[in-house]
Amino acid sequence: MRKRPNYLAGFGSLIWLFVVGLPLYVMLVATFQTRAEYARNGPLAFPDHFTLDNYVNDLNDGFGQYFLNTVVVTVCVVGIVLLLVPPLAYAIVRSDGKATGRVFRLFLLGLAIPSQAVIVPMFYLINEAGLYDNLLGVILPTAAFAMPVCALILTGVMRDITPELYEAMTVDGASPRRIFLRLVLPLSKSGLSTIVVFSSLQAWNGFLFPLVLTQSSENKVITMGLYDFQTEHGVDIPGLLAAVVLSMLPILLVYLFARRALVQGLMGVGGK
Amino acid sequence: MTTATASAVDSAAKTLPRGRPDRPATGVGRPGFAWAAPAAVFFGLFALVPLVLVLVLSFTRWNGLGSPQFAGLDNWRGLLDDPVLVKSLWLSLLLTVLGVVVQTPLSILLGVWAAGRQRNRAVLSAVYFVPLLLSITAVSVLWRAVLDPNFGVPSQAEWLFGDGNLFGTQTGALGVLVLVSTWQFTPLHTLIYQGAARSIPEVLYQAAQIDGAGRVRQFFHITLPQLRNTIVTSGILMVVGGLTTFDTILILTQGGPGTDTTNSAYYMYQKAFKSFDFGAASAIALLLVLVATLVSLVMVRLTGYDRMRSTMEGV
Repeated sequence: MRKRPNYLAGFGSLIWLFVVGLPLYVMLVATFQTRAEYARNGPLAFPDHFTLDNYVNDLNDGFGQYFLNTVVVTVCVVGIVLLLVPPLAYAIVRSDGKATGRVFRLFLLGLAIPSQAVIVPMFYLINEAGLYDNLLGVILPTAAFAMPVCALILTGVMRDITPELYEAMTVDGASPRRIFLRLVLPLSKSGLSTIVVFSSLQAWNGFLFPLVLTQSSENKVITMGLYDFQTEHGVDIPGLLAAVVLSMLPILLVYLFARRALVQGLMGVGGK
Repeated sequence: MTTATASAVDSAAKTLPRGRPDRPATGVGRPGFAWAAPAAVFFGLFALVPLVLVLVLSFTRWNGLGSPQFAGLDNWRGLLDDPVLVKSLWLSLLLTVLGVVVQTPLSILLGVWAAGRQRNRAVLSAVYFVPLLLSITAVSVLWRAVLDPNFGVPSQAEWLFGDGNLFGTQTGALGVLVLVSTWQFTPLHTLIYQGAARSIPEVLYQAAQIDGAGRVRQFFHITLPQLRNTIVTSGILMVVGGLTTFDTILILTQGGPGTDTTNSAYYMYQKAFKSFDFGAASAIALLLVLVATLVSLVMVRLTGYDRMRSTMEGV
């Protein structure tokens, strides 16, 4: 099909680029100047003298610890999801019992539960379990709430494995365990990387569970650090924005190297 | 992030009632329920039990210490007489409607545009994507700094912002909330529409061109009708997201000025973790789930989405 260039749409997309880009520009240039310089020249000016002090100060101000806590939470959440979801998806796709069908429906119901709806009972349960102000108390609910979407993504992928392959292995007398390890897992690699990306994004960016379930500074994650920084010394805008950049740095790196998996992961949010 | 009920149901329909033609005579080689059990138990414990518990707690009085006391319908009765709650429900709906009205046309246009395979579009789409990587916290903190009355952009553009304190009036504060969620979530919906627009059969456009239909007519007569299901999916995502807007409000406006941006989700948080009235908070939470489910169901019914599975494309 021949196409004339669509100038109007092109122009519109450039306006959107400006809308998306302006705050990001303000964020970046602010972090490389001192507070005084930022206040004097305004948010749109380019810095006269580059400085990394804002980043250094943030890291000394506890953000190093928050960063580490977030890594721990993220790794554990991804671990739990990887341990539990693939066998679940395998059972949903291949089991012939009615029970697994019901379980899947429950997970689908879970898609519609906003985490706010359960935050009060979660606070109650975590308290009763003695996990309040403990990273484990953040990890467990975060993993649970990442599971429905991951299950949905992975069942989609496993469903695409042709029945002939399963049949061939069954005829050879392979056990479900062997089929799972030798056939299903290797053929679900793309889905597995998608759920890794998705659950780590959710764990890294989580806010409500840490807000309600942790308290002391040694158990803070990076989103909590940002929130506290904002309420405590919100006037130090360059320092604050440097913290924002620090909080997104790992994800930005992942984005640069694994763009495809990330895009797929987020398309999964919209439902495959 | 809460997610796509409608498309989930659709996927479920694809997975479950297939008749399983590949079923062997015996059950040999098929995984049993044991494979699903660990995930089911874990999920039940941390997602479904709390959902049941929130119903129970809504009939109790509990201040966070000690154990909850049964209080009958007290919380529910109190809420009916609470003017802030009624206002907060209206604000939730208003924010949701504004979000849908602003984001839907924007993301359809951007998504359809980005669905073209030209190189510049791929590059721009990659940039558009960046806001999605930031946490809602980071986005809110960033915009709070950008719009700071003294040090932010408004101080540089008084012709546009007046005295610059956008957070001081209800209109200004609501405007900021809509702007910030548009900035963060339009990319997600653009991505959804981009996928859907790519799967519209090219022949439709070829036929339209032969008939002499221009670009605008093609958009309204082919693209939009073909995106119908996607519009519902994306709309439901926006509605559930809009009704449960919380982090943004906590960081940007703290529900103010006064209670002018206190939506139900934020009010629930305040009731629980500022006033330590966990019973009332549970009732609000339940109300929120009911409203979100109801709105989603109505959307699905009104649009006939549930009867249109066969034309489901792409997303």
